[in-house]
Amino acid sequence: MTRSPIEDFFNLREVSILKIKEMKDKGIKVVGSYCTYCPTELILAAGAIPVSLCGTKEEPISAAERTLPRNLCPLIKSSYGFAVTDTCPFFYFSDLIVGETTCDGKKKMFEQMQQLKPVHVMELPTIKKSEASFQLWVEEIRRLRVWLEENLSVKITDEAIWQAIEIVNQERSLIKAICDLNQIDPPPLSGLSLLTVSWSRSFNSDKAETIRMLRDLKERLAVHQPDQVSVKQRILLTGCPVGLGTEKVIRLTEELGGAVVALENCSGYKTLELQTNTEYSDPIVALADKYLQIPCSCMSPNPYRLELLERMIHDFRIDAVIDLTWQACHTYNIEAYQVEQLVQQKGLPYLHLESDYSSTDLESLKVRIEALLEMAGNS
Amino acid sequence: MLAVGIDVGSISTKVVVIDGNKISHLIKPTGWSPRQVGLESYQEILEREGYNQNQVGYIVGTGYGRISLPFVHKVVTEITCHGRGASFLQPQTQLVIDVGGQDSKVIKIDRQGKVQNFIMNDKCAAGTGRFLQVMAATLGLEVSELAELGKLGELRSPQGDGAGSPLVINSMCTVFAESEVIGLLAQGVDKASIVAALHCSIAKRVAAMAKRIGVEGPVTFTGGVARNEGIRAKLEQELNVPVIVPPECQFAGALGAALIGQEILLRKRALH
Ligand code: SF4
Ligand code: SF4
Repeated sequence: MTRSPIEDFFNLREVSILKIKEMKDKGIKVVGSYCTYCPTELILAAGAIPVSLCGTKEEPISAAERTLPRNLCPLIKSSYGFAVTDTCPFFYFSDLIVGETTCDGKKKMFEQMQQLKPVHVMELPTIKKSEASFQLWVEEIRRLRVWLEENLSVKITDEAIWQAIEIVNQERSLIKAICDLNQIDPPPLSGLSLLTVSWSRSFNSDKAETIRMLRDLKERLAVHQPDQVSVKQRILLTGCPVGLGTEKVIRLTEELGGAVVALENCSGYKTLELQTNTEYSDPIVALADKYLQIPCSCMSPNPYRLELLERMIHDFRIDAVIDLTWQACHTYNIEAYQVEQLVQQKGLPYLHLESDYSSTDLESLKVRIEALLEMAGNS
Repeated sequence: MLAVGIDVGSISTKVVVIDGNKISHLIKPTGWSPRQVGLESYQEILEREGYNQNQVGYIVGTGYGRISLPFVHKVVTEITCHGRGASFLQPQTQLVIDVGGQDSKVIKIDRQGKVQNFIMNDKCAAGTGRFLQVMAATLGLEVSELAELGKLGELRSPQGDGAGSPLVINSMCTVFAESEVIGLLAQGVDKASIVAALHCSIAKRVAAMAKRIGVEGPVTFTGGVARNEGIRAKLEQELNVPVIVPPECQFAGALGAALIGQEILLRKRALH
């Protein structure tokens, strides 16, 4: 039996838990974060392990609802629920937490989370184009550096930051290269495999190893021979973050005969083009420049997301776009209108879905996705 | 070769048989077993029209019970089928509003009846046949009596004679609207005015969905609820375009399914 090329990634999260435990026993610190705006390079440069804590399971939501309102984004409730019930090993291991003022829900949730662990919230400007915003973000990254130094009792040198930048840049470009393999038809990776790879890698405690694994995967996939012409509709998924546990839209789409060939959201392509520019003399300025370009809907306006989508539609030869908004996520929900206009201009079918982490709406999601696939020519 | 479309809805099951230029249809309550009623109505229409099963070339199933039909050749969503069916019934139409038993949908189609965009409400009963059913029960009426009574209410209500402000049902939620209706009955408001107000409430809700997709030129209104003239008229008022209810309004889905089946048969024949 041949080994699935992504097998190593399936268990990565579980394997990492054990590894992190060992490292913690040796006195290495762990810093958790919830968003792609968190400059993980600083955490690496501090000699700590960065872990992603973004909640992607339904189970802890009811516990979160004891504190948080029900009508709140499930990602925030799941994240907080894991923290308050202490059922996420990565949260349990985290010595420190870094948050950002992205959307209102997360920002206010972090205030509540302060009661559980030391949380440092970075003030993320939401208008990228102004000089003042850029300066603020530079200062916020400097402030994070100082906070990490104080709380981890280390000195973060410029040199260490540049090294970390090198590693993260490398990891990014490898994942991008893997995602780009799906531009061919039929795609070598299913949507679920794509998600498994891009989501799971954020749990690995050892970036050098992640890079090795990604390189290996890339080589194995590159020899992939398209066996026949694909008849599947090629779907692009955009919108709110999706992880293992909240992959229902990807799963349904593929069960119904579509191929999710690209993911634009946070665990997917959103940040993959962004490399930290190493020409800068100050690594903090270099980081600020990269992170502020992330096209999250929290930014106003957010033209880069539309540009990225337009390019992806072309490069991945997309037949239809699904835009997923988690319940009560206003920014993605509102931006959906612009995405719809773009997709329709391209003459492609577009489907906006609003959902949460439960499975109560599977049937109604199904009929919509099925209809979308029919619009895209599957009938 | 016959093409058959079967639309198993939450309240009724519809079958359409296309035999060249001849189209026949049948409708039956869905009841508790979508699987059984699907098969039964299929057999019944064949028998009634004097066909036998060997003549059937292709069967397409659609509607919420579409997955419970093991004998169909293909399953297609009600969205695609309604688009096709409505376009056949009203060739100029570019917007279809379908209000069925447990959902309502607005479908934008091209001239060939191909779906361009759609919105669907199936999360809550507001703006669906279910809403009307609950309200009729609260008023002690049959759903079939609503249209007539609503017309009366139009004339009698302050809106109808142009004086005073019209009676409105404020709540869109079925549960709250029900208690509102009970409250109005307790105040002695006549049933006819309440029915008129309920029609208005459904029409507003559905019209809002249609406006979201963009309303262009005559709208085709299908589904069981389309038979209610009061709602049709209100919808026309809200949307400011002609709202046409084809006589076969309940069969749009089954007809679309049968048309898709017929197309597949033709394609197959062309290959041989
Ligand atoms: S969607 Fe925005 S707020 Fe959420 S994780 Fe991504 S960048 Fe952060
Ligand atoms: S999905 Fe939306 S509401 Fe939820 S955390 Fe991300 S930006 Fe905030």
